[in-house]
Amino acid sequence: MATPILRWCCPGRRWVFAGIGSVFRHGRGVPTGSTSSGKRGQSTVAQQPLITAQKPRKGEREWAAVVGLEIHAQIASNSKLFSGSQVDFAAPPNSLVSFFDASLPGTLPVLNRRCVEAAVMTGLALDCHINRRSLFDRKHYFYADLPAGYQITQQRLPIAVNGSLVYSVCVGKRQSQMVTKTAGVKQIQLEQDSGKSLHDSLRSQTLIDLNRAGVGLLEVVLEPDMSCGEEAAAAIRELQLILQALGTSQANMAEGQLRVDANISVHNPGEPLGVRTEVKNLNSARFLAKAIDYEIQRQINELENGGKILNETRSFDYKLGCTVPMRDKEGKQDYRFMPEPNLPPLLLYDSGSLPTGTDPQQVINIDQLREQLPELPRVTREKLVQQYGMLPEHSFALLNEVGLLEFFQNVIKETRAEPKKVTSWVLNTFLGFLKQQNLAVSESPVTPSALAELLDLLDRKAISSSAAKQVFQELWRSKGKTPAQIVAEKKLELMQDAEALEQLCRSTLEAHPQVVTDVKKGNPRAINKLIGLVRRATLGRADPTVIKEVLERQLSS
Amino acid sequence: MWTRALWLGLRASAGGRRGFPSKADPQGSRRVTAELIEHLERLALVDFGSQEAVARLEKAIAFADRLRAVDTDGVEPMESVLEDRCLYLRSDNVVEGNCAEELLQNSHRVVEEYFVAPPEKHMEITPFCLWMPPSKHR
Repeated sequence: MATPILRWCCPGRRWVFAGIGSVFRHGRGVPTGSTSSGKRGQSTVAQQPLITAQKPRKGEREWAAVVGLEIHAQIASNSKLFSGSQVDFAAPPNSLVSFFDASLPGTLPVLNRRCVEAAVMTGLALDCHINRRSLFDRKHYFYADLPAGYQITQQRLPIAVNGSLVYSVCVGKRQSQMVTKTAGVKQIQLEQDSGKSLHDSLRSQTLIDLNRAGVGLLEVVLEPDMSCGEEAAAAIRELQLILQALGTSQANMAEGQLRVDANISVHNPGEPLGVRTEVKNLNSARFLAKAIDYEIQRQINELENGGKILNETRSFDYKLGCTVPMRDKEGKQDYRFMPEPNLPPLLLYDSGSLPTGTDPQQVINIDQLREQLPELPRVTREKLVQQYGMLPEHSFALLNEVGLLEFFQNVIKETRAEPKKVTSWVLNTFLGFLKQQNLAVSESPVTPSALAELLDLLDRKAISSSAAKQVFQELWRSKGKTPAQIVAEKKLELMQDAEALEQLCRSTLEAHPQVVTDVKKGNPRAINKLIGLVRRATLGRADPTVIKEVLERQLSS
Repeated sequence: MWTRALWLGLRASAGGRRGFPSKADPQGSRRVTAELIEHLERLALVDFGSQEAVARLEKAIAFADRLRAVDTDGVEPMESVLEDRCLYLRSDNVVEGNCAEELLQNSHRVVEEYFVAPPEKHMEITPFCLWMPPSKHR
């Protein structure tokens, strides 16, 4: 259900791919490091130096890739776009189907107000112009899971146009710098989802479930302003966060609530854009970047070997890690667009144009929706950076995991520890434990208050940071215990008794005269050895900086 | 439904845009060529089946062609006959569904609660004749 025409005339900076067609033939599959590196083309060369060196290079031509995306996001609503049947993802087959969804004669579409509001909110969040008047059209397909034989969409005049999506990608050697980029939003249109076909190849039959038929979709068309898989994946991730913040879509790719098609072409910089292919149904964030980078390489390779790019639809085979042509039954599809005869134009109002004396339930006020817009992820991140002096990439990481930001904020509220310390503990230790056990933030055995208490102990130097790690591990394992209890049980508190520490240091110096001589000779590493010995003697319960002070004082006296 | 969709498709084709031949006989009624039928059958996955169905199609075209007799010079085309009406907005409540059993009775074959799609290239043509559903917005 894609909009057939994307404009391919966007100038601007593109990543430049070096001519490395030979890499592809050897590499079999996706070039390595494709999803993790910022400067894709260059790193591919760098990571496969042997292969490129062995093969004669096919000319030194540079290639630029152009990527545009079409995203289908299922609208989070109780009922479908044009009927009152329920929207749900795990229901018995065909239980969420009305007579209209099954396209029985005599049924008519009745537009769901919630879906219109979701489209307007999404349009506003993406800085779109909201059309005060938009139109519905029929787009004809003949698939068994589309019982009407057409999909109601907005082809001629969509609800929102001319917006932009601001996203960031990591660059630099260690992926530590964030660069902000913008992709134009060509349009957002309301349309119906189709049903689902289940192919039973064993008995060669197709089973049809219409539960999804008629669910409201937002089709977001991004201008071809991206130039590699990583940029596309970052743009999609940002859109996902925006939709989730707005609540207009749950945007879960694994559940098919967010589906992406990519239009891809390559050309030599300064020359007209190349023929594009469309890669369909990229339903996982992981494979999105892979599929796009694979397709870019495939096209470069094809052209360098004197081949031609066909304007075709391809799909990504995630097992083989490559794109393959889709069996296109009809060659060129004829959608036979026509105005939807059963739906008058959709009119939207703003505070200035609001008609008087009409039922407020029948009127949608754009200005009112704008006022109700929640804080967008970009703003949340900016605030984090400002408020806590956080690095931008840390603010991204906090928003990247569902519930992580809330967890962080709850810890901050309850602890006296520095925000920097909290950020580091939440992003390194806490998130690391979650990832290791594949848990969501909500499933964490450690509560924000427990972590806050632990960080307090650390902050007032009651425990060392290595002891704090131990306490955290214990917190993770034994639910219900407080950090203070664990510290007491395991005797992890730092030695507060200065006299005892003095004593331990003195006896250590006496026991190791050789090391003391080394220190006095000026060996800078010798003091570290002494610190280590004292720490061991305190069972790790003394702060190394304090030990160092005491030792230095005793040595110089 | 099928017939209506076909008719609309045909109107576009017969209008000469795609240049399929459809011969007009002296009375002004159009003959539908085998080539055009084939194209429509492929688009619509519908089997016209009989000469009778083709004849009915030809009659429908002849009926629609009478529209050409109306002089529309200087009349601004409409988007829809409902274009000056308000689009009714429904509140987002679940009020339908849970009727799988009834719906599945329409299906030729059923497996569990699924419809089974016909494996054949063509579906049977339903003999509805150009009916127009009443509109809620009228």
